[in-house]
Amino acid sequence: MRAKQRGFLNSAWDFFCSLKLTIFSLIALAVTSIIGTVIQQNLSRQEYLRVFSEKTYRTLDQLQFFDMYHSWWFIGLLVLFCINLICCSIKRFPRVWRMVHNPMLVPSEQVLKTFSNVDEQLVAGEIKGLTQRMQGFLGNQFSAPQVTEQDGSVYLYAEKSKYARFGVYITHLSILIIFLGAIIGNVYGFKGFVNIPEGGETNKIWLRNSQASLPLDFTLRCEDFSVSFYGNSQRPKEYRSVLTVIDQGQTMIDHRPTIVNDPLSYKGLTFYQSSYGAAGDEVVSIKVKLRGEDKVDAFSLQRGQMVDLPNGDRLRLADFTPTFRNFGPAARIDVLPHSGEARAVTVFKNFPDFDNERGGAYIFTMINFDQRYYTGLQVTKDPGVWVVWLGCALMVIGCLVAFFMSHRRLWVVLSGQDGKVGVRLVGSAHRNQPAFELYFDELKNKFREELSDS
Amino acid sequence: MNSGQLFNLVTIGYFSAMVLFIGYLATRSSVIATLATVLAYLGFAIQTVAIGLRWYETYQVPGGAGYAPLSNLYESVVFFSWTILLIYLLIDLKYKQRSVGAFVLPFAFLAMTWAQLRLDSTISPLVPALQSNWLTYHVITCFLGYAAFAVACGVSIMYLIKIGKENKSSDAPAGGLVGIMPSAKILDDLNYKAIMIGFPLLSLGIITGAAWANYAWGTYWSWDPKETWSLIVWFIYAAFLHARITRGWAGRKAAILSIVGFAATIFCYLGVNLLLAGLHSYGA
Repeated sequence: MRAKQRGFLNSAWDFFCSLKLTIFSLIALAVTSIIGTVIQQNLSRQEYLRVFSEKTYRTLDQLQFFDMYHSWWFIGLLVLFCINLICCSIKRFPRVWRMVHNPMLVPSEQVLKTFSNVDEQLVAGEIKGLTQRMQGFLGNQFSAPQVTEQDGSVYLYAEKSKYARFGVYITHLSILIIFLGAIIGNVYGFKGFVNIPEGGETNKIWLRNSQASLPLDFTLRCEDFSVSFYGNSQRPKEYRSVLTVIDQGQTMIDHRPTIVNDPLSYKGLTFYQSSYGAAGDEVVSIKVKLRGEDKVDAFSLQRGQMVDLPNGDRLRLADFTPTFRNFGPAARIDVLPHSGEARAVTVFKNFPDFDNERGGAYIFTMINFDQRYYTGLQVTKDPGVWVVWLGCALMVIGCLVAFFMSHRRLWVVLSGQDGKVGVRLVGSAHRNQPAFELYFDELKNKFREELSDS
Repeated sequence: MNSGQLFNLVTIGYFSAMVLFIGYLATRSSVIATLATVLAYLGFAIQTVAIGLRWYETYQVPGGAGYAPLSNLYESVVFFSWTILLIYLLIDLKYKQRSVGAFVLPFAFLAMTWAQLRLDSTISPLVPALQSNWLTYHVITCFLGYAAFAVACGVSIMYLIKIGKENKSSDAPAGGLVGIMPSAKILDDLNYKAIMIGFPLLSLGIITGAAWANYAWGTYWSWDPKETWSLIVWFIYAAFLHARITRGWAGRKAAILSIVGFAATIFCYLGVNLLLAGLHSYGA
């Protein structure tokens, strides 16, 4: 029973360590990920029913295809992937650690035979003198060797970039760190938004997922918002909010322009320019001139607003539109005399003389109009983001080390043979064998030269 | 002379190089191979100048503040063919396997032809979302990665042809088109080398994209189709890298994974923009 159990545990362990599982989980993640790019995610039930029948909808919903990246089976695949990664690393790492920290200073004959990069020379001389020369040779050509004597033979061992063996594990660890960062962000962070009208301020934001509001312990004011375009085209050039942060009565950030690709951060929260819209009515400035007189009065009016003119008549902005057919901004003004009937007058911003030509007692001109906007800001707090960047940096470093560096080892073994000395040069690289072979061939020639001088 | 005319010259250059490389497969004449390589270098040089010229032209349009020409589909396709040549020429410098050109140049030629004939080459100044240095880092890393995968795909096709022929004619030395190709072992190694270059670049491309998204929108990952597809590509090449060291997966299956990986890359690059909706739709 116990043996059986151990057998089961062993095969479970082998299963979770296997490279086949790695390939399976990577391909499974790749294939299942496609679903969420074909079916739009997180729409409302009504929107899905426009595309799918009720029955299909229910099946897909049960499979969690409408929020698949957070479904139990996708998260399950990611967990399987991580377990595989951890098991693989646990299995292989200790051996690699030992190899790096306790190098094989005295390899056995059997081990030496497994390496394909070998050269052997038989030379006259003494082991001691030759050892010194070989020490110098390795030191000059490669790196300073460690010398070990055993059973009358001398073993020189030299290595380069031994830490290259850790590249793979750095890469594996980086993936786990990125996941950790994502989890921290999901648990301790949030995403929200806030709309602030120009000149307005707020000390709360709205959370994206829960529709609940979240109070801020400071006040954010929108001083101004503007959109600019390239030339006369409709192609937007810049969306700009000017923001001020007031914390406990003190202005901490003053009139900071915030544009797309340049967010504002304060107390761990970051505010991103993300949308805008019209806030309330436009304010229209109108000039009034009594025919034949020099005096001109100017008024700023919102829709429906009424003002008194100096002679007791009254004026009301009945309506305004920024585009009236092709004529541009237009306003309808009601003139209400203190006695008699109201009259409606239309003025156009682009045709200032239009009302003059009407020939009435008053001459109205529209000088300008001002639209008040609100700015839409995306708000996020993500304390895990730096963990994610750390993971990303490690991933790039790990990949570069794993792909482009190789642990190279050289041994020189000197042993007496019938009054002469057999000198053997053996080399091994943990990856990129072809390049190492070329290097070794060159080294071999220098090695022979060095020995032929003796 | 404007950049459009230069790009036409480049297209002709790549077409001629491609034809000559294929001619080399048929004739085995080293003169033709050298001529093809020279044309490839020449086309690459002209394309480099032309991209620089287009960069200069972005400052000349009315109201243009100038930008690195990597912002729309036309510019990215042109840049893609440039990166394919860059990676190919680097590998050519190191390994001198001229027959590879016949399988890589067609990608660059097709890209240039499509860009010149079908895509809108108007220079339009950048919308607010694209006004960021991250655009340049993101596009350059992604496309260098894509180009390395294109080279790997070409080499994998060669590999499959090679082992297909070798298996059929057992031990008789393969002649003709296949005979001039490098051995299956070298092709397998080249495939790996190209992906070895491409994988860190793709990773870096995804990371710079995430960094940019975080800077512009406050979220480094939102499972938008483009992001997801780049991750799918990453998964496939990660599978490839592990397949190579797994018994039963090395060789043929690894080569197929490399081809599937490039197909996914092309879908990530073009399919997502043309067929699916998302944050990158302005790219089309």
